[in-house]
Amino acid sequence: MVGAGGIGCELLKTLALSGFEDIHIIDMDTIEVSNLNRQFLFRKSHVGQSKAKVARDAVLKFRPHINITPYHANIKDPEFNVDFFRQFNVVLNGLDNLDARRHVNRLCLAASVPLIESGTTGFLGQVTVHVKGRTECYECQAKPAPKTYPVCTITSTPSKFVHCIVWAKELLFAKLFGDRNRENDLNVRSSDSSISSEQIDDVFERRMDENIEKYARRIYDHVFGYNIEVALSNEDTWKNRNRPRPIYSNDVIPAELIGQNGNLEKNSVLGDASSVSAMASLGLKNTQDIWSLKENSKVFFEAVRLFFAKRGKEVGNMIFDKDDQLAVEFVTAAANIRASSFGIPLHSLFEAKGIAGNIVHAVATTNAIIAGLIVIEAVKVLQNDTKSYRMTYCLQHPSRKMLLMPVEPFEPNKSCYVCSKTPLTLVVNTHRSKLRDVVDKIVKAKLGMNLPLIMHGSLLLYEVLAKLPSPVTGGTMLTVEDLQQELKCSINVEHREEFDEEKEPDGMILSGWSQPPLEENKDKTVVENGASTSAASVATSLGTEDDEIQVIPTQIGNKRKLSDISGSALSDHSSVTSETKFIREVEEIEDTDDLVMLDDGLSDSKKRREQ
Amino acid sequence: MDGEELTEQETALYDRQIRVWGADAQRRLSKSHILVSGLQGSVIEFCKNIVLAGVGSLTINDDRLVTEELLSANFLIPLDESVYSGRSIAELCCESLKDFNPMVRVSVEKGELSNFNVDFFGKFDAVIINCCSLATKKSVNEKCRKLLKRVAFYTVDCRDTCAEIFVDLQKYTYLKVRKGEEKFECLVEYPSFEEAISVHWKSLPKRVSKLYLAMRVIEKFEELEGRSPREISTTDLVNVQKLRRELCEAYCVSESLIPDHLLGRLLRGKTEFPPVCAIIGGILGQEVIKAISGKGDPLKNFFFFDAMDGTGLIEDISKAKTEG
Repeated sequence: MVGAGGIGCELLKTLALSGFEDIHIIDMDTIEVSNLNRQFLFRKSHVGQSKAKVARDAVLKFRPHINITPYHANIKDPEFNVDFFRQFNVVLNGLDNLDARRHVNRLCLAASVPLIESGTTGFLGQVTVHVKGRTECYECQAKPAPKTYPVCTITSTPSKFVHCIVWAKELLFAKLFGDRNRENDLNVRSSDSSISSEQIDDVFERRMDENIEKYARRIYDHVFGYNIEVALSNEDTWKNRNRPRPIYSNDVIPAELIGQNGNLEKNSVLGDASSVSAMASLGLKNTQDIWSLKENSKVFFEAVRLFFAKRGKEVGNMIFDKDDQLAVEFVTAAANIRASSFGIPLHSLFEAKGIAGNIVHAVATTNAIIAGLIVIEAVKVLQNDTKSYRMTYCLQHPSRKMLLMPVEPFEPNKSCYVCSKTPLTLVVNTHRSKLRDVVDKIVKAKLGMNLPLIMHGSLLLYEVLAKLPSPVTGGTMLTVEDLQQELKCSINVEHREEFDEEKEPDGMILSGWSQPPLEENKDKTVVENGASTSAASVATSLGTEDDEIQVIPTQIGNKRKLSDISGSALSDHSSVTSETKFIREVEEIEDTDDLVMLDDGLSDSKKRREQ
Repeated sequence: MDGEELTEQETALYDRQIRVWGADAQRRLSKSHILVSGLQGSVIEFCKNIVLAGVGSLTINDDRLVTEELLSANFLIPLDESVYSGRSIAELCCESLKDFNPMVRVSVEKGELSNFNVDFFGKFDAVIINCCSLATKKSVNEKCRKLLKRVAFYTVDCRDTCAEIFVDLQKYTYLKVRKGEEKFECLVEYPSFEEAISVHWKSLPKRVSKLYLAMRVIEKFEELEGRSPREISTTDLVNVQKLRRELCEAYCVSESLIPDHLLGRLLRGKTEFPPVCAIIGGILGQEVIKAISGKGDPLKNFFFFDAMDGTGLIEDISKAKTEG
């Protein structure tokens, strides 16, 4: 079992009751309060302890005679190599992120061990069976990339609240409280070249002995006022858009009023840095309330004040964390002020926290159902009852009377680069591109490799900070290999001189890795998601190495890809999301009592026969 | 927005699920009172789900003493005879359930389900009964229907790899959410259990679940023999087949609608199949949450699951034609 979170707890319990007697369970996470509403093997007293270990102890209470081996570790650690995977009859995934799912898929293929994959979000869920050579592997179908946003949407033309959240969290918060040396696109590009970027940077620096309130007002006026004025000066931008309104602090809260807001004493009594809260000192109680512009501005000032007054030591090296109350308050307030400026509806802290923290909706019931379905498939796999394998969707609204819909698994995709070794194509400027970029942007970010090697014939081109060696030109075939995943794939290189900065920010294009097979048919939602990888410019420059925003059910896998972190509410569950969108599509098929063949158009050559 | 607001503690604990069903639904849940009777696999699962969800109170009723068989799908009771000797299954489950969520009041109600009067059921918002006779199912359902307030009624029947859920929400209005944000009120009228099982087989929906028919045969068999669901076995197959023929002839339908292998499996239902219990307990949990919160399309009025083909099917069987 990989994962001891939402699905994992339910699964371990159902496996034990069903008579499984030798179970290994891996999870790198520790228990949090927000897990307790569904991860029923854990209690409040367990907060902070290893999920895998506590889950084991809890299950042994009602089934003391079985063997459960817990690992408080990351499934991507090198010790979990192909030999490790070979010792199992079946691997069951209860994961929450694409990276780890792909990694486990590859190891299961290399070890020839059947994999049962699962995922839930809200009332929706799915279970799929992946047996090498018999059914498709987890990566046979394109997985929609996590939602990303073009840099200019975030910096200049937000149209949705999520854009404001990304701006507040990845740019403003990072700029004020994070590592100053990191690249940051906070300032809109001005056509006025007289202002050098260094001068602008000074704006964010708190001057020696500068009063905190004064500093906060200066920042406020700069980002919500001045920057908007600068943006407005680019007339072209606003031809087809609503013009934003600059907001200055004095217009919202006259200068003399500030200082009366905060109640310094309340917080200093508490003393504990983690409990510092602007809401508390302002007397705001309900996280579900939507604050006015004035309230948001007060929270903004109070949060800045508290960061410097109470948590000054952390300023300069902070990373946004959804469990950091003050950080969430700051981001909520900043996003809302920006939203007011752009005429975007404001949101409550509760909602903002969900978006900023990529919090995935989760309930116990769906996890329990999915765990039951996993065990049913696991029993079939152990009995080698190959004809009965099913992938099952758990729906919110019945489709042709079905709430649980079994579908025959697909055959392996012959053009899958993971399980069918089909070569990929990389279009790149072979004269100027750096091998490092190929490794980072392609091999790691897109192909999901962990410990890659790159070969040209028998020549090892490792990770060198240099131009691609001269033998690499258009027509060259490279071999990329991950020794841990035992995955090897071939890449044909094509040369191209120029790339569109906005649409192709990587400066190179990989094709064949997430072939969008659904592009031509009616499953448009998946295409939209899938297409976003190449079309939308990834907000990579916004990237922090933020692996804190991972949440439930379990986080396995360490660093997330840069492209993952641009603030999508659902990026962790992107695969589930895509499938559930697909389900909605299926549901629209006319309701009929007949036992029908599901429309073949849903997926080119593959049959989905209704059971 | 009715009543008090959720406490900080509640908001922290229920954060993820509030993101699914909203704070007002959570408030309604925390004021609801649930009764369950018959603590076997799927109901144990249901209890876990509903306690985690944060209902106001859960009352559990099952006076049976613990046996090995009763524990086959039970994860609430430690496998330790010294702990459970002499105590009822409800008493033992109560302790673990309390532990799952200190904010939910879990208590034991002693007594025989069929002896509880109408007023007793009036204390609850939802009543879930399991492993009881046809007569008890009918009588508890009737008692719930006599009350002025609406009490949601559910019966669960898990046998081997098959399961049936029946739902009676009487006259039920809820907020239906169509694509996007559009919401409108929706009224659904449910038949009673008695009405739903008396529908003429000729007027059932096309290609009705075989499980619906097979369950009616088994139920009828138990009633005629005066035996409980736990007192039948595959040795009864010949007599059950005889009854199937009689019923099919009376309703003028083909016997092939109720295959032997299905009857055989239903008769084997003593030991529970834990994955099916997890699935049924999950579906039931969702339905009760929907009924209490008034959010989401409720199931009407039967749900069938068969692990052999993996289908979870909803059947609406409500035309009250009772001739034949």
